[in-house]
Amino acid sequence: MPNPSKYWREIPQRYRLEAGKCTKCGFIAFPPRLVCPQCGNRKFEKTKLADSGTILTFTIIRVPPHQFEDQAPYAVGIAELDDGVRLTAQIVDCDSGVLKIGMRVRIEFRKIYEEGAAGVIYYGYKFVPA
Amino acid sequence: MRDVAVIGIGMTKWGELWEKSLRTIFVETALLAIDDAGVDRLDSMVVGCMSSGLFIGQEHLTSLLSDYLGKNPVPAARVESACSSGGLALRQGFIEVASGMSDIVLVGGVEKMTDVTGCEATYALGTAADQEYEGYHGLTFPALYAMMAVAHMHKYGTTREQLAMVAVKNHENGSKNPLAQFPFKISVEAVLQSVLVADPLHILDCSPITDGAAAVILCPADMAKKMKKPVVRITGSGHATDTIALSSRKDMAWLESTHLAGQKALAMAGQKIGDIDLFEVHDCFTIAEIMITEALGLVEQGRGGKAVEEGLTALKGKFPVNPSGGLKAKGHPVGATGVAQAVEVIKQLRGEAGERQVKGAKRGLTQNMGGTGGSSLVHVFEAD
Repeated sequence: MPNPSKYWREIPQRYRLEAGKCTKCGFIAFPPRLVCPQCGNRKFEKTKLADSGTILTFTIIRVPPHQFEDQAPYAVGIAELDDGVRLTAQIVDCDSGVLKIGMRVRIEFRKIYEEGAAGVIYYGYKFVPA
Repeated sequence: MRDVAVIGIGMTKWGELWEKSLRTIFVETALLAIDDAGVDRLDSMVVGCMSSGLFIGQEHLTSLLSDYLGKNPVPAARVESACSSGGLALRQGFIEVASGMSDIVLVGGVEKMTDVTGCEATYALGTAADQEYEGYHGLTFPALYAMMAVAHMHKYGTTREQLAMVAVKNHENGSKNPLAQFPFKISVEAVLQSVLVADPLHILDCSPITDGAAAVILCPADMAKKMKKPVVRITGSGHATDTIALSSRKDMAWLESTHLAGQKALAMAGQKIGDIDLFEVHDCFTIAEIMITEALGLVEQGRGGKAVEEGLTALKGKFPVNPSGGLKAKGHPVGATGVAQAVEVIKQLRGEAGERQVKGAKRGLTQNMGGTGGSSLVHVFEAD
């Protein structure tokens, strides 16, 4: 198990969707960055991601990495949020038959996985049908 | 810059080599390349390996491999660029010889993947993606390529059958390659009926877990001529990167890094894509080969699926792609792949490729890719 710092340093993003907005061109970086990939500016102000978006692509994972063995099969997708940011996450609370490009989703705070028998519970964001 | 030639190649049978360790696989292959070149000295060695740390719990390959090759105190470097580590090793070796820094350089690639379980291997390969923002959510490599496939199918009408045809073609070629992990043919039905890994990719759309190594010996072209060796020159080397996360790409159905690396390599060689006789490309998944043929400019954007269906990329087609069997049939020991692609092109340009020989081949191209296209390396080779 890694040091807890590996986990809590990402909490502002995973729990609160905190992003950085470039003060020059308005590019929203998620996770936050030190350099704007669009204009090279190094100043950002804190912002929060939009909580809804549209699915651009998706798949159903049937062969998972070991931490997710008890969850397979599960759906994941990339959504373009209403602020233009693209995000990768699981798509839950729906049958695989309803998954399609263009589907509207909302971001919810959920459990991602647990580590071991008495281990840490990892939380974060998932997509649910809007 | 000096002209650089490849004067020796080495590759052994790939597969699940349970009785052999990483050091043994590497040294066997390096010795073949050294003997093929007929050289008695090495000025330097560069080895591509993605993750010996996660796969066998061993780092510091520079010391380990130079030691077991019996070449201490030769300077050695290990380079890592995920599944394009081998291609990067080739580029670093090329730069070292071209610059005049070293004359005779061994470039190797190696990966020992079967000492861990399938799930652990899936995890190790997943580290080539953004671990905190893709891996954290349970994403796997097949899943990322599956999402590229879904985007490509939606945008261009590419079909599951066309994806399967890439695997069928590469197995057809691989059936003629005695060193391939899977030297047998498969059918479109077999691909479509095989187990789903991440929809729409079936297990037979995916390259396998493989133990293997490959090696080449580079030297200045002038020196190669004096040694009276069949001279194959590396005339172009292109390298480009892209975002680590697939979600950050403007177009998830397009491989910009491959496009840019291809343009750079061809410009350096002074060639056009249509002048190349054969291509060894990074078909880690069937959709990858389709997107690579588009990014390299063999076909128009969106036409990669049709190209394989029409036989354009078959061994006897206009643009033979992956005569070796590709990653799909030959195997994909990740760090070794980029070097093995060069080994196949040299064999073809020397006319030593046996049943899968592309007749009269004079120019060949390799394309090696890391992650979902976060790195791409393209090399152009020409026979004298």
